[in-house]
Amino acid sequence: MIRKITLAAVACLGLSGGLAMAATGDFVPHTTDVAFSFEGPFGTFDRNQLQRGLQVYTEVCSACHGLQHVAIRALSEEGGPKLPEDQVRAYAEQFDIFDPALDDTRPRTPNDHFPGSGMPNAPDLSLMAKARAGFHGPYGTGINQLFRGIGGAEHIYSILTGYTGEEKEEAGALFYENTAFSTGWIAMAPPLSDGQVEFADGHDNSLSSMALDVSAFLMWTAEPKMMARKQSGFVAVAFLSVLAVLLYLTNKRIWANVKGNRRHA
Amino acid sequence: MAGIPHDHYEPRSGGEKWLYRRLPIAGLLYDTLMIPTPKNLNWMWIWGIVLTFCLALQIVTGIVLAMHYTPQVDLAFASVEHIMRNVNGGYMIRYLHQNGASLFFIAVYLHIFRGLYYGSYKAPREVTWIIGMLIYLAMMATAFMGYVLPWGQMSFWGATVITGLFGAIPGVGEPIQTWLLGGPAVDNATLNRFFSLHYLLPFVIAALVAVHIWAFHTTGNNNPTGVEVRRGSKEEARRDTLPFWPYFVMKDLFALAVILAIFFAVVGFMPNYLGHPDNYIPANPLATPAHIVPEWYFLPFYAILRAFTADVWVVIAVEWLTFGIIDAKFFGVLAMFGAIAVMALAPWLDTSSVRSGRYRPMFRWWFALLCLNFVVLMWVGAMPAQEPYATISLIASAYWFAYFLIILPLLGVIEKPLPQPATIEDDFNAHHSPSTGGAPVAAE
Repeated sequence: MIRKITLAAVACLGLSGGLAMAATGDFVPHTTDVAFSFEGPFGTFDRNQLQRGLQVYTEVCSACHGLQHVAIRALSEEGGPKLPEDQVRAYAEQFDIFDPALDDTRPRTPNDHFPGSGMPNAPDLSLMAKARAGFHGPYGTGINQLFRGIGGAEHIYSILTGYTGEEKEEAGALFYENTAFSTGWIAMAPPLSDGQVEFADGHDNSLSSMALDVSAFLMWTAEPKMMARKQSGFVAVAFLSVLAVLLYLTNKRIWANVKGNRRHA
Repeated sequence: MAGIPHDHYEPRSGGEKWLYRRLPIAGLLYDTLMIPTPKNLNWMWIWGIVLTFCLALQIVTGIVLAMHYTPQVDLAFASVEHIMRNVNGGYMIRYLHQNGASLFFIAVYLHIFRGLYYGSYKAPREVTWIIGMLIYLAMMATAFMGYVLPWGQMSFWGATVITGLFGAIPGVGEPIQTWLLGGPAVDNATLNRFFSLHYLLPFVIAALVAVHIWAFHTTGNNNPTGVEVRRGSKEEARRDTLPFWPYFVMKDLFALAVILAIFFAVVGFMPNYLGHPDNYIPANPLATPAHIVPEWYFLPFYAILRAFTADVWVVIAVEWLTFGIIDAKFFGVLAMFGAIAVMALAPWLDTSSVRSGRYRPMFRWWFALLCLNFVVLMWVGAMPAQEPYATISLIASAYWFAYFLIILPLLGVIEKPLPQPATIEDDFNAHHSPSTGGAPVAAE
């Protein structure tokens, strides 16, 4: 009975959702679906991609944006870009930090965090890939997120590649048309262009390739323990499945006498 | 105590006798664990154990989180990120706690709707039902305050909207709201008291759970037939029941393992699916999110809150009759709390002498519609406050009230129930007869 009711409920929900949604006509931001390496239960970060993304972030994004929640030492930790420790130390030293104990600035160490945003209207990017993960579509059900893995990394990629070239001035500020931004007009000037960053290994540095790299990097800054989490999840599910089978057999055995169903006992 | 007759604990060894004279705790545990349980319970009777597990999970993970969390407006958001990034296993503990709340509410809704279908609220189990409703209210308060603690955008604006509901009470609303918040707006004082109460209430819930279990151990469990266990003698009772251990402990543990496997898949592979992404943006009192949406488990009642707008004729009539004291906003608040109140009053609103929905041919359809209605309310609660959602939520809210206030009282009078089995034993044997030896018929 309960099962039948649930099925009927789900079916009706689907139907009414379809009907109800035919009516909206506002600007709908477009998000491109990208098959990132970290999607799905077994997806992992591509270490080389994260390293390229770090370079794009450092040379381009960090001019205005920050990563205040991310410790620089995380760059050498498992499940991330995994840079050698001496490189991480050298990376940290590029940025100064004010130290109240010295009452002066000093170069950062790996234990310090990345610098915060340099401009008040440039949001911190530490968690952007999670804060923009909500495409609860279609019809508010979140199916896209569930089955196609469309999340915040796709949103960032779509913003970076979504400029149309149109500009407009409003109240003394310039806005740029962007097909992925919520209102269609974004205050950020197009940050990336073809060939802007040179990779040491000569990797493709077209706009869309760099956008992919930095989107993946920002997914890592938002969820640095993703790979460890998926691994724990996998171990837990495997363990619980075995436990469930054993408990099923135990339960069946215990009840066999009572139910008089001895054939399977 | 008019319990089901069964064998009680007898201390045997010298040590047991020594303890028994001083503190009969072993007897309490024995009688609780060996309680005679109707042997025909189906798989909808597993949610109590799942709920107990959820409470324990939330308390254990919550205590660890509290060791690393800082309830201060400038530090709260960063301290949660600190837990996610720097605390050993912190990401797992926090995701378990966050998704644990969802599992808790899935289980409680299934538990409540099971009770509604099988008439578990009816005499003599009204007290169990009322305590259950109190637990549900305490759970909602706890979950709401817990959602404020990460101090993200939805935390802040959710707290602003929900505490604003108290401001809608005529006359005393504003002082009450200020008193709740500890100031004129949601701020540091609010965060601090919410943290304190979020830590306190689960222990209140634990105490209520103990009373809930005490109450239904006194009356005995309901069961899918709604027919009471025979209590004439131990022998009669034994034919209708089985001891909780090992029969139902093992059954419940098996169900729990299956549910936890799914739960851990969610925690491991899609831990943010049920949350709102805006809560990864630090709280900003100057930027209101486009849509303020509560967590999924509040959506049905949020939909009822929003359904009664100023242009609905009932609201207009009530406002006119009360000389404007009950305006649309206050009406919405009353409707939301009223929706839970009518559910709590179900034992007195349901006039049918038949307990289980299994033997009530008309009731079954209205109940199925109620379940569907609940899902629809949940969905429209997440949608923006505009057409066609406004009309849908109004119709669905009306049905919620109609079910409890009109349909339940009327059905008891006009419905002709189906014949019920004489005893639980008869029902059980009809499904698993030792003589037929066939495969057991799947439980409903």
